[in-house]
Amino acid sequence: MTLSSYDRPASYIGASVPRPNALRLLQGRGRFVDDKVLPRMVHAVFVRSPHAHARILFIDTAAARALPGVVAIYDGADMAKVITPWVGVLTHLSGMRSPPQPALAHGVTHWQGEPVVMVIAQSRALAEDAAALVDVDYDPLPAVCDMEAALAPDAPRIHPQLDSNLCWERKIEVGAVDAAFADPSATVVERRFLFGRHTGVSLEPRSVIGDYDPSEDRLTMHYSGQAPHMMQSVLSRHLGVPEARVRVVAEDVGGSFGIKIHTYGDEIAALAASKLLRRPVKFVADRLESFLSDIHARDHRITARAALDADGRLTAVEIDDVTGIGPYSVYPRSSGIEGNQVVNLIGAPYDLGAYRARLRVVFQNKTPMCQYRAVGHPIAMAVMEGLMDDLAAASGRDPADLRRINLRRDDSYPSASPQGLRFADLSHQACLEKLLVLMDYDALKAERDALRARGIHRGIGLVSMVEVTNPSPMFYGAGGAPIAAQDGATARLDASGAVHVSNSVTEQGQGTETILAQITADVMGVHLRDVHVTTGDTATVPYGGGTWASRGAGIGGEAMFQAARALRAQVLEVAGVILQAKPETLTLAGGQVVDTAGGAIRISLRDLARTVYYRGNELPSGLRPELIATRHYRVTDYPFVFTNGAMASYVEVDPETGIVTLLGHWVVEDVGTILNEKLVDEQIRGGVVQGIGAALFEECVYSDDGQLQNATMADYLVPMAAEMPDMVIAHVCTPTHTSELGAKGAGEAGTAGAPGAVMNAVNDALRPLGAATLSQMPMTPERILHALGTAR
Amino acid sequence: MSGSVTITLRLNGEDVTATVPARESLVDFVRERMGLTGSHVGCAHGVCGACTVRVDGLSVRGCLMLAAQADGASVDTVEGLTDSGAMADLQDAFHRHNAVQCGFCTPGMLVTATELLDRGGPVPDRAAIRDHISGNYCRCTGYQAIVDAIQHVAIARAAAKEDAA
Repeated sequence: MTLSSYDRPASYIGASVPRPNALRLLQGRGRFVDDKVLPRMVHAVFVRSPHAHARILFIDTAAARALPGVVAIYDGADMAKVITPWVGVLTHLSGMRSPPQPALAHGVTHWQGEPVVMVIAQSRALAEDAAALVDVDYDPLPAVCDMEAALAPDAPRIHPQLDSNLCWERKIEVGAVDAAFADPSATVVERRFLFGRHTGVSLEPRSVIGDYDPSEDRLTMHYSGQAPHMMQSVLSRHLGVPEARVRVVAEDVGGSFGIKIHTYGDEIAALAASKLLRRPVKFVADRLESFLSDIHARDHRITARAALDADGRLTAVEIDDVTGIGPYSVYPRSSGIEGNQVVNLIGAPYDLGAYRARLRVVFQNKTPMCQYRAVGHPIAMAVMEGLMDDLAAASGRDPADLRRINLRRDDSYPSASPQGLRFADLSHQACLEKLLVLMDYDALKAERDALRARGIHRGIGLVSMVEVTNPSPMFYGAGGAPIAAQDGATARLDASGAVHVSNSVTEQGQGTETILAQITADVMGVHLRDVHVTTGDTATVPYGGGTWASRGAGIGGEAMFQAARALRAQVLEVAGVILQAKPETLTLAGGQVVDTAGGAIRISLRDLARTVYYRGNELPSGLRPELIATRHYRVTDYPFVFTNGAMASYVEVDPETGIVTLLGHWVVEDVGTILNEKLVDEQIRGGVVQGIGAALFEECVYSDDGQLQNATMADYLVPMAAEMPDMVIAHVCTPTHTSELGAKGAGEAGTAGAPGAVMNAVNDALRPLGAATLSQMPMTPERILHALGTAR
Repeated sequence: MSGSVTITLRLNGEDVTATVPARESLVDFVRERMGLTGSHVGCAHGVCGACTVRVDGLSVRGCLMLAAQADGASVDTVEGLTDSGAMADLQDAFHRHNAVQCGFCTPGMLVTATELLDRGGPVPDRAAIRDHISGNYCRCTGYQAIVDAIQHVAIARAAAKEDAA
């Protein structure tokens, strides 16, 4: 037989193999929730509040009920009888509060788009017809929309049972902050940043099918999301079905980015309806509902100050962050993590001694805000890197030089930030130096300067960043949420010699299943095509957290590595008995057990498996072979594993139109051990473009009374191919010592760094024009013209 | 609102006759009545491109065309274009370049890209490719790998044509 290059030991980990599970997506054979049709299935459509804040006076459903094909109609009172409300607070975010949230608004609506009535009919079209006939009479209440106005002592209270509209406040004070700012030799800069709301716009809307079987009291949720076991617990808690009888199945998921990991009243109501009607109920959000009801992201107003000493060393940073989260803290992850990450991560790349921060998380009558890709990171990086560029300009230093002086040294680990974050295995200096070479920083600066003389306005923006990945239980579990921070993997050998694996991390297109197959193929010495991967089904995969905070490779992958190694040891033990050889003299390659010395083939995995499964009589009775192994893994000793990187953007600004053209984008990222470079690079590229969307295009625009003004894809601008740059990606590899594989997460980097890089580049382009520093995202042409003082 | 229409069309090379509600969109028809779930509904506003199918050889938004309007037409979806092998090289390039992540936009993106590639003519540059696919949103990839894959096929097809000449 001929061995291929992949039959060498350790040949898959690190190889950029294409994703085996992409083939069916390329042929239109995906299995998204809306593709599924179950027997007797009916369709749910929601009547939503047109007001940001209103009392519901009465609901008249008579005309809707009279329409042929309508199966049932439920309002908030109906749902309150079968769904218990939830409270989105974490106990370790001390002092956080949020009132109980019902699945459907009950008595009062708190944001435009909150579900009020659920109509169920034989087809979605009929349900939409009936929904249009539901008459709800509202008494509008004062809408509290501006996050700072919401904090005024005389502001109307969104929740009368609370004494203010404050959800949570956190203060940090470390080191001699006032002394650093008071130092007469210090360079001090101050700036106010405004970050608008945007949202995930997964191309597949939120989708769910509830399928309740009363004969066994079993509820199945066909789920478009990231955390099946979390949803299993949520459904059990709030629908009164025993947890073990709830099955959550996530097959193909058409984008998620954090949007689909939260608890949504409409989805829970559809599941409750399935239980009441004893038949499957499908709900698929339309795009208008997606904009109104998918969680929104960011929404911060930040005042920031920083001080530099005469040697160019950063001495202190002070932050005041007010963030608006809508009327409820979102369950079960809470809406406090976003702001918490902002105040935690500001300054993290730098050797900083003194830090003061105040965070206020505020209720408002807008769509709920919660965790979206790179939670808090883009805000923290844009603020800190904006301050760094301001300090560079104010002190007459080159922005790269100022970062060189202040970035944590690559030999300084382990170390900690003033906020108490613990760093290990990072490479800020190496990433910056590699970035400057990759982009040819000096040549780019020279080009920029030469073009300025010709009236062409280009700018360069740098960002150094950290990203929180591989989270430990300190994230959610410690705060009481039913969210696992460990993941499990099972590997088993079948009778044909193929390996089947399952894992509790999930796939939304990142390539999760591919890296799990690569790890397994590598350890088991089999071809990639002989590894079969299952994820996303609580009935079949080990218990675990799913995919969030970039944990697929670092946690799910490590569990897979350990499970595959355990299976390998089992196989070698059996082989040793069959071959009467010591297991340590044998290894696996090419689907065969071979001699470690010399590589002679001894027995195929297929023959070994058949001996165990069919002809056990040939084995000694004392041997009880197990050709299946499960291992779980969690990060210990650290709350999470930091990843780091550096990024640059090169832009041209047209001062006549305010339009920004993206000319180049470079990223150097350290994700530790790289399992599949192609997949890592594509995670970074996709993330960069989401970050560019936040920087330049995407904003949920609200009127003063809480009406979302641009809730269609034609009005809410998502980055398109024509306006995006090609991106150059490179790596520094510093494996994490918290695991054997050494992989860190790759999903946050692009989104974390790109907004700050683009903002710095735009301001670099505008600076010689005497423009005001632009500190509001998205940086629309109108805002750029305002900064230039030329807007009409 | 409730009127229905009987239509006959050639769907992925097969003759199909069906009675459909007059208001039913073409994409709902192929997905829900014909079981061709490869075409996706991302916005139902004609913006995102996930529902793009081929009607009489042209890319069409399946959410903006009524099934009734397809009477007498030849309609190809990702399933038919896959089975015929019409875009096998493009699918292979998408696979190797990792131009697909979640896969929700992919069928529409393939149909739109096939329209560009089937035009023949000079090899489109990256800007022309980016321009052509700008009516198809992808939220995962950032587009670069998609452009790489389309460009690869455009060059390969041009080279094959030259070899044949």
